[in-house]
Amino acid sequence: MKNLNTLAIGLAVITFAAGWYLGGSNDALTITSSSGGKSYSGGYEAEQSTASKGSGAVKLRTTEGTTHIINPGDSIQAAVELAVPGDTIQVMPGTYSETVYIDKDDIHLRGVIVEGERATLDGLKTLNDAILFSGNNIIIENFKIIDYKGNGIMSQAGNNFEIRNNLIIDTGIYGIFPQLGKNGLIEHNVVSGIADAAIYVGMSDNIHVAYNEVFDSVAGIEIENSRHAIVENNHTHHNTGGILAFITPGLPVKDTYDVIIRNNFIMDNNTPNFGAPGSTVAGIPAGTGILIMAADDVVVEGNIISNHKTAGILITDHGNADDLTLDPESDPNADGAMILDNVMLNNGYDTIDAVRAFALTELHTGDIDIFQIGPTEGSCINNRHRYKTVGVSDFTDCDFTNTDDIDNYLLAGGAEPRVILPSERGEIAYLGVCTGCHAYAGRLIGPSVQEIQALYANRPEALVDYINSPIPMRADYPEMPAQNYLGAETQLAVANYILQVGN
Amino acid sequence: MHPSIVWARDLTSLDEPQSTNHLLHFIYLPLARILSTVNLNWLKIYYFTYGNIEREEKHDLPSYRGKRNNNKDLGLKMGEALKYNHRHGARISAGGFLFVGLFLVSYAFAAHPNIQLSDTCPPSFGLSEDNRCSLRHMYQLYDSLQDSGIGGLKTALPKARDGFTPQQIDLGRLLFFDPILSADNSLSCATCHNPAQGFGDGMGRSIGIKGQVQMRSAPTLWNSAFLSSFFWDARAQSLEEQALGPLFSANEMGNTPEQLMASLKSATAYRGLFEQAFPDVATAMSVDHIITALTAFQSSLVSLNSRYDQYAHGYHKALSKNEIAGLNVFRSFVARCSQCHTPPLFTNQQIAVIGTPEPEGLPRDVGAQQTFNSAVLRGGFKVPTLRNIAQTAPYMHSGRFQTLREAAEFYTGGRGHAVPEDEELLLHWHISEPNLTSDEIDRLVDFMKTLSDQSLIPATPEQLPSGLPFKHMENMHEKS
Repeated sequence: MKNLNTLAIGLAVITFAAGWYLGGSNDALTITSSSGGKSYSGGYEAEQSTASKGSGAVKLRTTEGTTHIINPGDSIQAAVELAVPGDTIQVMPGTYSETVYIDKDDIHLRGVIVEGERATLDGLKTLNDAILFSGNNIIIENFKIIDYKGNGIMSQAGNNFEIRNNLIIDTGIYGIFPQLGKNGLIEHNVVSGIADAAIYVGMSDNIHVAYNEVFDSVAGIEIENSRHAIVENNHTHHNTGGILAFITPGLPVKDTYDVIIRNNFIMDNNTPNFGAPGSTVAGIPAGTGILIMAADDVVVEGNIISNHKTAGILITDHGNADDLTLDPESDPNADGAMILDNVMLNNGYDTIDAVRAFALTELHTGDIDIFQIGPTEGSCINNRHRYKTVGVSDFTDCDFTNTDDIDNYLLAGGAEPRVILPSERGEIAYLGVCTGCHAYAGRLIGPSVQEIQALYANRPEALVDYINSPIPMRADYPEMPAQNYLGAETQLAVANYILQVGN
Repeated sequence: MHPSIVWARDLTSLDEPQSTNHLLHFIYLPLARILSTVNLNWLKIYYFTYGNIEREEKHDLPSYRGKRNNNKDLGLKMGEALKYNHRHGARISAGGFLFVGLFLVSYAFAAHPNIQLSDTCPPSFGLSEDNRCSLRHMYQLYDSLQDSGIGGLKTALPKARDGFTPQQIDLGRLLFFDPILSADNSLSCATCHNPAQGFGDGMGRSIGIKGQVQMRSAPTLWNSAFLSSFFWDARAQSLEEQALGPLFSANEMGNTPEQLMASLKSATAYRGLFEQAFPDVATAMSVDHIITALTAFQSSLVSLNSRYDQYAHGYHKALSKNEIAGLNVFRSFVARCSQCHTPPLFTNQQIAVIGTPEPEGLPRDVGAQQTFNSAVLRGGFKVPTLRNIAQTAPYMHSGRFQTLREAAEFYTGGRGHAVPEDEELLLHWHISEPNLTSDEIDRLVDFMKTLSDQSLIPATPEQLPSGLPFKHMENMHEKS
């Protein structure tokens, strides 16, 4: 009996191990969403809302698509290629060396963490980027990303994204880099060892960067040529510069304004600058807590800013920065800086010559918490007596003390795609694609629209079938290329449109 | 009767001659067909000018031209040309002479063509109630951040110039091809912006009137309707301002407003054409209207249906594995190509100082330094679009690189590697040390070739209102 028990236990262990090895244990994992969901109501009797707040940037799904489970040895990209909008790709712990690119909408890419073991993307210092995406409504979470040359996670023109709970180490130029997108949430990531910015928000709108730890990089968190961004509750330490809000001249989107930097721990950012020669961050003096360059309407509130040798907060225009290109379309001045209450300790104790020299013109010697240079309008500061300041004598007192009325700048329900009526879609596709080969009357390359209308009257679906996989119908005409790239919605719209177009 | 000049892009539209002017085609057409079956790309250029279009995306350029561009010395070029002729000898000579003969015959027939301008918009344009052509393209299904017209795959383009009448566009087309616009009738716009060569001329530095070699290459005109600044050094802010440049530059087309008006008035066919294009105004024929018509025509040169575009709209099978790999190198932050050549136009329309070498022996072209009177823009040029880039070798502002591969390789040579010691340039921050592998460079080239789409190439007129011969066939630059 005792022997049997041992055998039974042994079998169970083997079964479990085999199941684990084959990935069959995935069903055993209960994975609850880390965003949205029900909230703890607390012990205090207060008015509670029972509804899920859904505070994220990605639209909540009404129905879930397929979940593709990826195990070590599988290709994540292969799953992306199979996936359709609405699907989730769940990556089990293990090492994956590939570049994953998502040129589709509404894909959730989730690593699974088991007892601290993460799905790890390893670039082996040979691959360029770990994850690239261009689609809307993308979630990337729970990965460990190491040793890439370009970026950890980069998006180009994706709207509504969430990048959460990733551990990103030494991935080249940027750790997390959303660009040219709208409405994104970057939270709970730990990013280190990055040659430019650990988290770089470039030319984007409505971005929320919260609860991240960034360190050992040139720039901690950078908001560049972007608007409506909040950077809050982050811990940024041991970088060259902690948090940056600025305008880089020479980019196609020209301004930065409406940025709130609040309640961050910004500490010990004195790492020697190891940015690439020529890069904008290469000009950041080591020992800068917050840098505001040419950005407008930046609120700095409630941060603990300590131990920075150059300055706690450095505000400059383009004119006082070196090595910038000329861009007549960018306003070079940092207007509307708003310094509310911050805790500032031990800053500017060993500052750079340029700062020291300008401070001397104000007969200021010794430490510097806040340094401002260049023309500025509409800037203000509260309780200025608390800090060691240079260049803020023109600042007024702010007429408010906090930003409590602003939770975030995310767009409730997500940035909507452009609304296109089917008739409009049909017209665009007809003129933008079909008229290249089909004239209304008379032959161009293919037959006339009039002929097509006669053939397919009241049969738009048949026309859709034809353009999807055309078969030669006329001996003396060139073969029509398939128009299957247009997508079902556009195909039907254009079929309907072409059958009724009048000239 | 159907207008004799149409947007037709198929030779069959010429099958049934509609006037005596088309008599030519009884002779020309069968000959052209025979020639087209012989593998002589050199001759296809002639074939092309009679309204036919290469349906293939890749218009193979003849090796002859390539060699010519490789050589700095004109004498050597001619030598190469002779060698080429010698090698491929008889067929070309016979065909060539026959053609020259036919050409002359055609002008006897074409003396005073009674031309009706098109009353329909070019493809991709819809005609409005008030007779205006407005552009429609698939990128109108999307938005872009801050309406910047830049972004990723499904991103809106910048607002385009449109709203011209079909007649204005068609008049612009005739003017574009007509050497009457130059002081000595030796050059048309199409001489340097040849539709058969991606609206460039295949030369590193274009050749203007009386053989004057220009400082820079002729930029493509594809998609210029979407641009907000013009010329390599961004010195013009509109298509109209741009058009005035070459017309009245002493070393390009060499004309003056007075002489231009005088010669257009002497070409009697033009009066009626301007009246069709600019009805209800006291003076239809004017420099302003020439410029408007040229702008109208250029605004119709739209190329947005490449295989890349199919991929962008969501059809991922449109690109091969290698081409997608190239796209990923292109947009990665190692190579950083897409940071300046940003989709969907593949230019962010900014000035960039990248430090490419000039052709050997030439001084540094200061570029945008002069436009903006700013030393930090020394050697800066407007980022060119990469659409149809495979059609417009050689590359960079003065054609230093002969192939796409060489051009791509420049960026991995190291920051400032080609900048002379004594030269001070504030290089763009994206010029870095990407250390791309040879494979990655190949993939970039694969990808750039997917940006080709010449499906909406306009037809070359059958004959010109001035009665002058065309001046945009290859190697027809005047050399004095």
